[in-house]
Amino acid sequence: MQGSIALQRTADVQYVLRIGDTALVLAQRLAEWCGHAPVLEEDIALANMALDLVGQARALLTRAGQLEGLCGGQALDEDQLAFLRDERDYLNATLAELPRGDFAFTTLRNLFAATWFKLLWERLCESTDADLAATAGKAVKEARYHQQHAADWVVRLADGTEESRARTEAALDALWRYTPELFDDDAVDAAAQMSGLGPRRSALREAWRADVAAVFTEAGLLLPKDAAFRSTGMRGVHSEHMGFVLAEMQHLQRSFPGGVW
Amino acid sequence: MSAEQTEWPLWEVFVRSKAGLDHKHCGSLHAADAKMAIQMSRDVYTRRQEGVSVWVVRSDQIVASDPADKAAYFDPAEDKVYRHPTFYELPKSLDHM
Repeated sequence: MQGSIALQRTADVQYVLRIGDTALVLAQRLAEWCGHAPVLEEDIALANMALDLVGQARALLTRAGQLEGLCGGQALDEDQLAFLRDERDYLNATLAELPRGDFAFTTLRNLFAATWFKLLWERLCESTDADLAATAGKAVKEARYHQQHAADWVVRLADGTEESRARTEAALDALWRYTPELFDDDAVDAAAQMSGLGPRRSALREAWRADVAAVFTEAGLLLPKDAAFRSTGMRGVHSEHMGFVLAEMQHLQRSFPGGVW
Repeated sequence: MSAEQTEWPLWEVFVRSKAGLDHKHCGSLHAADAKMAIQMSRDVYTRRQEGVSVWVVRSDQIVASDPADKAAYFDPAEDKVYRHPTFYELPKSLDHM
């Protein structure tokens, strides 16, 4: 077994990892659909989106690894960060790590995540970190497509058959409680806003709700009320599902240290 | 469309590889509606930078010639070389015609 790496957890590194890990873990979940999607065309579409997210995660993890070096720690590369951290050092939103569920669940999660990514990337185009701004310029185009694709599916499913409607409502009930985490600020957000690295998460809340509400209106769904529950993946405290995601994701790199193809 | 249809309709996909060129037929796919057909085309046929524009047409909207008519339709053109403009002398300055 290859030993895990430790991070200093400076604010900038955490900020970039929260976005990068959310993309990475969601990509892992989407990739689980490969060969299992309801139709061939959607199978390809989901795999494409997973690969877009892997590409975004690569750029972000690479940048986070450089920032770790610049902050006085040991510079790390994307593979070390993707495969050699312990669970508590992954800072993805809990939303991304939940099991893929049925197609309605995956679709609705994609809508929530893609809307968030789209709004975030739009803001990150203005980042004072030139590297991050360049990544955002490319990624925002991908996120816009992901959001449109997911939104169309949510409308189709919610406005489809009794079965698809019931599954969409069940997915909404299961997923909604994980969305507030995407907009809850802490010291990492404050630092990012101060330095111009990127927006506070709370700055995205209203635009996100408006985008999702527009889709829901077309789909005949209502925005649920927010509950008191708060998920904490972005602080490194994950659901019981995360360990299984990492076991599968890290297995090869831990068994064959440094293995590449 | 029969009432017991269980598959999405088939669509023919045409992709323009770059501005100025025409859309070329590149395959088909199943999709529930026109918007989905366009998105699926993007994902299935243009993921390696093959295109800048996509057309989709419901396959059942295409009217095709009957293969049984092939001889009557197309064979008579075989021996009519005079229909090709190959008997003109072209000025040397014309490279491509």
